[in-house]
Amino acid sequence: MIAFIFKRLLQSVVVMLTVALIAFAMFRFVGDPVNNMVGQDTTDTERAQLAESLGLNDPFIVQFGRFAFNAMRGDFGISYKYRRPVSELILERLSATLELSFVSAVLALVVGIPLGVYTALRSKGIISKGIMVLSLMGVSLPTFLIGILLILLFGVVLRWLPTFGRGDVVDIYGWWTTGFLTVSGLKSLILPSITLAIFQLTLIMRLVRAEMLEVLRTDFVKFARARGLPDRAVHFKHALKNTLVPVITITGLQLGALIAFAIITESVFQWPGMGLLFIQAVADVDIPIMAAYLVLIAFFFVVINMVVDILYYAVDPRLRADAAV
Amino acid sequence: MKLRNGLMAAVAVAALAVAAPAKAETFKFAFQGDLSSLDPHSLNESFLLGTLGNVYEGLVLYDEDMNVVPGLAESWELVKPTTWKFNLRKGVKFHEGQDFTADDVIFSWQRAGSKGSDQKTRAGKISNITKVDDYTILVDTPAPNPILVRDLNFLYIMDKEWSEANGTTNATSATGDDKGNFANLNSNGTGPFKVKSNQADVKTVLVRNDNYWKDIPSNVTDIEFTPIKEAATRVAALVSGELDLVYPVPVQDWQRLEEAKGVNALAGPEARTIFFGMDQSRDELLYSNIKGKNPFKDIRVRQAMAHALNLDAIKQKVMRNAATPAGLMVAPQINGFNEALNLPYEYNPEKAKSLLAEAGYPDGFDVTIDCPNNRYVNDEKICQAAASMWAKIGVNVEVLAQPKSKYFGKVLETGGYDTSFYLLGWTPGTMDSENVLSSLIACQNKETKRGLFNLGNYCNPKIDELAAAVGSETDQDKRNAMISEAFDILKNEYGYMPIHQQPLSWGVSDRVKVNQRADNILDYRYVIVK
Repeated sequence: MIAFIFKRLLQSVVVMLTVALIAFAMFRFVGDPVNNMVGQDTTDTERAQLAESLGLNDPFIVQFGRFAFNAMRGDFGISYKYRRPVSELILERLSATLELSFVSAVLALVVGIPLGVYTALRSKGIISKGIMVLSLMGVSLPTFLIGILLILLFGVVLRWLPTFGRGDVVDIYGWWTTGFLTVSGLKSLILPSITLAIFQLTLIMRLVRAEMLEVLRTDFVKFARARGLPDRAVHFKHALKNTLVPVITITGLQLGALIAFAIITESVFQWPGMGLLFIQAVADVDIPIMAAYLVLIAFFFVVINMVVDILYYAVDPRLRADAAV
Repeated sequence: MKLRNGLMAAVAVAALAVAAPAKAETFKFAFQGDLSSLDPHSLNESFLLGTLGNVYEGLVLYDEDMNVVPGLAESWELVKPTTWKFNLRKGVKFHEGQDFTADDVIFSWQRAGSKGSDQKTRAGKISNITKVDDYTILVDTPAPNPILVRDLNFLYIMDKEWSEANGTTNATSATGDDKGNFANLNSNGTGPFKVKSNQADVKTVLVRNDNYWKDIPSNVTDIEFTPIKEAATRVAALVSGELDLVYPVPVQDWQRLEEAKGVNALAGPEARTIFFGMDQSRDELLYSNIKGKNPFKDIRVRQAMAHALNLDAIKQKVMRNAATPAGLMVAPQINGFNEALNLPYEYNPEKAKSLLAEAGYPDGFDVTIDCPNNRYVNDEKICQAAASMWAKIGVNVEVLAQPKSKYFGKVLETGGYDTSFYLLGWTPGTMDSENVLSSLIACQNKETKRGLFNLGNYCNPKIDELAAAVGSETDQDKRNAMISEAFDILKNEYGYMPIHQQPLSWGVSDRVKVNQRADNILDYRYVIVK
């Protein structure tokens, strides 16, 4: 078990280093950050001095080495644009992104699983067919478009909900800000979280439906019915339970995706999270923020993957047998 | 323009008459970018300077039409060709209560010239400041400078004691230490508004400074600024009534705003001139199929390129009629503008073709144009439209459109002027033609720092002479005559191809009245909530 975890950890380190290297290398070709840091009249000498003092003239490997070493200590340098520590900027935005992702994940599960069960059980019904058609739209429409459509309908035409931002937030523990405790904060959460959840929701729903249909055809369900168990017990105690194993796996992995893909939703709704910070940084060629964001997202994925792997190991005896060979 | 200002003034007077100071009026607006710092010397960018111009002030201010009016200086006079005397305003207090005195001016000038400052160019217009008494200073310039005060509007004054007490005697630089610079996150100015909170890229809240020294038309007590990057979200937030003002608004959304209830598009002309420039110095173009010579060195080729352009078509098709075609490198708002010279080059493709044949290119040639795609209004589309016009006379122009960070990195001095043909826009920060002559039209000269933005290095020594003379001539009429002479030479030599002044594009709720300044700056002093 310890050897397994150690092996996993080692792999994770390699992955993190690779991501850091790719991110860092890529950003060198995004453009010259100096142009975004100065105004139209700034002279060449001043620009050159700035480049020198930022260390932009050092060899690539020196710049990367400096970056990797500092990153390990949680120091991602100073943002070129805001002239503040990147770690501080990211920490300020973390709560916004995590709250949005959390609400979206809950929404996707709470709505997605029952809908999946329903469409599987009543697979021939009109309502099920309608839901399936809608879910196809949910999977295929781009997030950007869904967001804009929701804004138009609920923000501009009906004027029920705010079109942008996070509303009023409350500070807890000094650095975590929450929108859960104010009316405007909750109202502001509705549209972005739906937008972000729709893809995951339809995915989970279709997954549950497919798995459920499969399980309902298996022998043990038939036996359960033969035993005269009521439908409810068969559907929820036997069938659904067996369906949920792959669903939990997918959901775990999708949690990382939710955080990472919040970029689009955040920029459509001007949601002040990490994704928005990243997108803005790309436009401004703010390399320290971009690099830190990519490394952080990679870190989330690595951690989630590792947890899932370890869970597998604990749950599935076959893995243990393989490792012994 | 005149009528609008008349109305403005009337509304302003009316507002003053009824302004009940106790009533809270909140003004909410959004801009595409954000306020990256509160340090007035950190970045020479118009949104930052414009926003901080409501918190900090210079010795002079701009009024609604960008005329210079007294600010922290009550009056000024030229005592010697290189020395100005400024009488400072008495009784002005900073937001935290400190008195404004001559020491603050001297300190701020030094700070603006400190390492890390992006205002060094402005600070460099002054060589020395001598304190006569607490409210009188003598300002020396390196050379006679008739338009010095125009550079003082954006040179903001900070309090010396406050800065020293908080250890922020140097401007915020990008490489600041981990603690950061105090003035980057805090402010203490003399302006009509105070920063209450500033969360980078999220929200900035300002409140009225009740002790402001000047009567201003605005009745606003609270201001909320949100950066909204997505144009569609910005427009939706305005139409839904959540915001009172958003800018910029995409030109194609104007109609939508006009049709929506309670909002309008505000589209005044910007003082920025958009133009094409050509490499006229290299012996062979970097990006062309013509080898061994540079076609743009031949005036007939430049004439042909200019006469092939249909500026009216660009105005109608690309700019939805909202641009003002130009024949001059400066906009009407700029001092030195000459109506007679502003007639665009005639659109005459036949003439262009024969000129091209005369120059030895009957079948045209290939060249690549560098074009930004997120800097000016519809920049990439202008390049594409122009390319199709040049194609009609046989010149095959390939458009290389890039985001501004890539584009500027390539074409500017730092990129080694790596371009053969480009589109650029320019607003002279001083609102005077001298800036255009010395930055864009004078021959490139690294020592004297002139012509550094003359990317194609169009060069005529006569214009250099005139530009230098304009820089130090104090007689306004003589000065303007020299400016016109220089522009006339440029025009006859087809040194640049001016395209148009682009429109400013703001979306405004009927609830408020704002003044749209020609440099795209929102001055809160003129914001009135109805």
